[in-house]
Amino acid sequence: MNLLLLIILPLVTALAILPLKGLKQVRMIAFIGSLAQLLLSTGLLIAYWKERSSGNMAAMLFEDHYTWYKALLINFHIGVDGISISMILLTAIVVLAGVLVSWKQEKWNKEFFFLLILLSLGAYGFFISLDLFTLFFFLELAVIPKFLLIGIWGSGKKEYSAMKLALMLMGGSALVFVGLAGIYFHTDINGQHSFDLMQIAGTRLPLEVQKIFFPFAFIGFGVFTALFPFHTWVPDGHSSAPTAASMFLAGISMKLGGYGCLRVATFLMPDAAHEYAWIIILLSTIAIIYGALATMMQTDLKYINAYSSVSHVGFVILGIGMLTKTSIAGSVMQMVSHGLITALFFAAIGMIYDRTHTRDMARLGGLLKIMPFISTVFVIAGLASLGLPGFSGFVAEMTIFMGSWQHADNLYRIATILACASIVVTAVYILRAAGKAIMGPVVNTAYESLGDARWNEKLAAGILLLGIVVIGVAPFWLSELIGPGTENLIQKIAAVVK
Amino acid sequence: MIKDFFILLKQELTVTIILFILLFIKIGVKEMPARIVLNIINALLFLNLLAGFLFIRAGSLFGDMFQTSELISFEKNLLNLGTLIISLQSYHWLKNHKHALEFYMLMLSTLLGMFFMISSNNLLMLYLGLELSTIPLAALANFDLEKRRSSEAAFKMIISSAFSSGLLLFGISLVYGIHGSLNFAILAQGYSASPLGLFSFILLLAGLGFKISAVPFHLWTADVYEGAPVPVTSYLSVISKGAIFFVLVSLLYNVFGNISDTWYHMVFVLSVLTMIVGNLFALRQQNMKRFLAYSSIAQVGFILIGISGQSSAGSSSVIFFILIYLFSNLGAFGIVSLVSSVTGKEDIDDFRGFYQTNPLLSWVLAISLFSLAGIPPTAGFFGKFFLLLAGAGKGNYIWITIAALNMVLSLYYYLRVIRALFMEKQEQPIPKINAGWSPKIAMIICVGGIIVTGLFSGGYTYIHSFFIK
Repeated sequence: MNLLLLIILPLVTALAILPLKGLKQVRMIAFIGSLAQLLLSTGLLIAYWKERSSGNMAAMLFEDHYTWYKALLINFHIGVDGISISMILLTAIVVLAGVLVSWKQEKWNKEFFFLLILLSLGAYGFFISLDLFTLFFFLELAVIPKFLLIGIWGSGKKEYSAMKLALMLMGGSALVFVGLAGIYFHTDINGQHSFDLMQIAGTRLPLEVQKIFFPFAFIGFGVFTALFPFHTWVPDGHSSAPTAASMFLAGISMKLGGYGCLRVATFLMPDAAHEYAWIIILLSTIAIIYGALATMMQTDLKYINAYSSVSHVGFVILGIGMLTKTSIAGSVMQMVSHGLITALFFAAIGMIYDRTHTRDMARLGGLLKIMPFISTVFVIAGLASLGLPGFSGFVAEMTIFMGSWQHADNLYRIATILACASIVVTAVYILRAAGKAIMGPVVNTAYESLGDARWNEKLAAGILLLGIVVIGVAPFWLSELIGPGTENLIQKIAAVVK
Repeated sequence: MIKDFFILLKQELTVTIILFILLFIKIGVKEMPARIVLNIINALLFLNLLAGFLFIRAGSLFGDMFQTSELISFEKNLLNLGTLIISLQSYHWLKNHKHALEFYMLMLSTLLGMFFMISSNNLLMLYLGLELSTIPLAALANFDLEKRRSSEAAFKMIISSAFSSGLLLFGISLVYGIHGSLNFAILAQGYSASPLGLFSFILLLAGLGFKISAVPFHLWTADVYEGAPVPVTSYLSVISKGAIFFVLVSLLYNVFGNISDTWYHMVFVLSVLTMIVGNLFALRQQNMKRFLAYSSIAQVGFILIGISGQSSAGSSSVIFFILIYLFSNLGAFGIVSLVSSVTGKEDIDDFRGFYQTNPLLSWVLAISLFSLAGIPPTAGFFGKFFLLLAGAGKGNYIWITIAALNMVLSLYYYLRVIRALFMEKQEQPIPKINAGWSPKIAMIICVGGIIVTGLFSGGYTYIHSFFIK
């Protein structure tokens, strides 16, 4: 399996869109392209299982080396393990769903789909990179399309939100850059510096170097994943973005950060991660509680989901900060699970907004009678989000809690209890939103003539829902998929902790 | 011997020949239509560019005053390329201008001056080339003959460059006093951080600092850039600055290599000041030219980081960045120049809703600005990354952090223009502009350069090969 296909396919799709004219052609190509992405990712999953079952236990599979900037020892090194594959699958599913919900995108449709596909290119590139330079390249590649998507097609104070998002994310990547430069110049592999992730992982950076550069890398990636107090771009950015971009932002883009925290910061600098674990846990617990409480105060459906994302992504960071095998596996599962759930949630909100042109809970109500399908999707997304067994959220959060409890330390225990308690708050705001907007009598009689979901919207919701339920009902395949990858990570960490 | 003369001096000679051809056209031919003249000139400049790649040899002339090498030829070719792009871009402005030929004569004489400056192997030759490149530039800045701002710009420029030349000359005379020679090789052996040596070095650095408009020597820049015609502004900000950087790199490493520990700190202070001041002032600009002027000041701060790095990585990252900067800045200036010459509008607010009327031009401007801001996949990302990486090699992470955060600051004002282009609206946006073929070629070169130079490593590898002995 050649991983380069994952970059070439979106690139070809994006370029193929450029000369087209008219919405119908553009969306058809975008649909075919993203469907092909999904098939390719599924193919990758199958190929991965084949390799593993035939006994190939290498840390990374399907590796490829291409020399890029030889003088600076920069290589295009790609490869995947189970963690990256689960992220790639997530990306493919969310992008396909995103294309489907944007089916009626009239304004500047060519540019819209071009940028959307470009975003997916950035995400794939990021997840398959095993070289810090290319990783950083793809991380930054995904920033500007977000800026344009929000600023051009967004709603509300879109220009402000777009600017805030772009600047904060670039600020994050500036910190990441300093971290990477530090890692580069302090690795010594036969007298040479290196950007190669696996090579660096094979050495051990001095503790004082790690102590300086771990915060840069972790906070830098943390900005992407809404680490408290750098989460402020999330509510504005997510709420102003058009539906597909919100889905992408919350579903995938925030996971770039989580993946980076795990794969770059923690994996390469485990000593410092251990040293600073208490700060990470503190910040993530604050994010979880604060996000949940802030959600209680919101009336705009998108803000509700955006703040709840801050809270739910806090679990990812919490799991990483706990540094046990179970908690890290839980983190990865939470990334996948939250990606699907939040994308579904945003899709449902987008469908409601397309019809009613409001996202204010007070002005909605009784939607179940008018648009049963959309309302059902909304409620399911909400229930999955609050961690109902049978959906992926339960599995992921449960794993994180179990992993966290393995720490006997009091601080860790208290953080775990607080994080658990936040689920009650989640239940409150989700049920309240569902009760106000979906249940009850029809508030606005003008809505009664509105139609239910069209085929494309049903398909989008169906794909996402399928993912959520499959993980919820049969979580073992996901945990088996990410097992060897987390094992790898934890070995590096365990060497430090002992 | 005579053959050496022709081969080593070939780039200077071709430019001189073109100068004479233009002179003959001016005197000898009556009333030729402007279009034809411009096309002939562009063709000549293109030939000039091509000729630069032939018969490349290293050697020295005039009793070691003048030297050339593969690297120097390459640098001259870069300047030739930039001049060609600017010439293509200024087509609309010059076709109605009465003195198009004089414009080219002045521009080519400054180019000639820069060639001698880059090739100098002696401080006196350096000074000679610098003056030849500066004085005609002041006349060029005044080339919008009816505009008062233009003459004001020229006046400011001549005064400030006279002052900086004075500093430079003073420094040179002190250096001569210490060493009894101005030859680079002799200076490189004996240069020491004695008080007088340091003082003369500071004078030299300040003199050159004026030309690259490093803070605190930048005060003339914004006014001159705003007052001068756009093609002249782009020439000033790319070609003339680039040439000085080529000289600065070789001076700092080859001549003042002995005192590199001392100049490292000076460059550090200059760079941090330049980045911060340039960025903060750029935030508030309304005029496109002033905005690009301050942004180019900020870029100087980044280039200085690269200069501070170890010699091979540092020099090659600087020259690579200038190559990219040439494409990106000229791409941006090209659109501003086109819009300014067709509609006379130069404010950022005038560009609101530009995408609706001119989608293609908007993308060219956007890509150029992204490249200036250092966003992948444009070449600017690679250029900035390598500059900072070269600087980080010295272990000064405070500097690198300041620079990285400054990149975020600079992103704000680049995105402001992007926002005006794509997101904001106005009643009467700039109407559809028919660019004509020659600005279009310039745009293709710029955008092509921006995309290709970074993604394919050939350019960097080529430049790097000059610095591996």
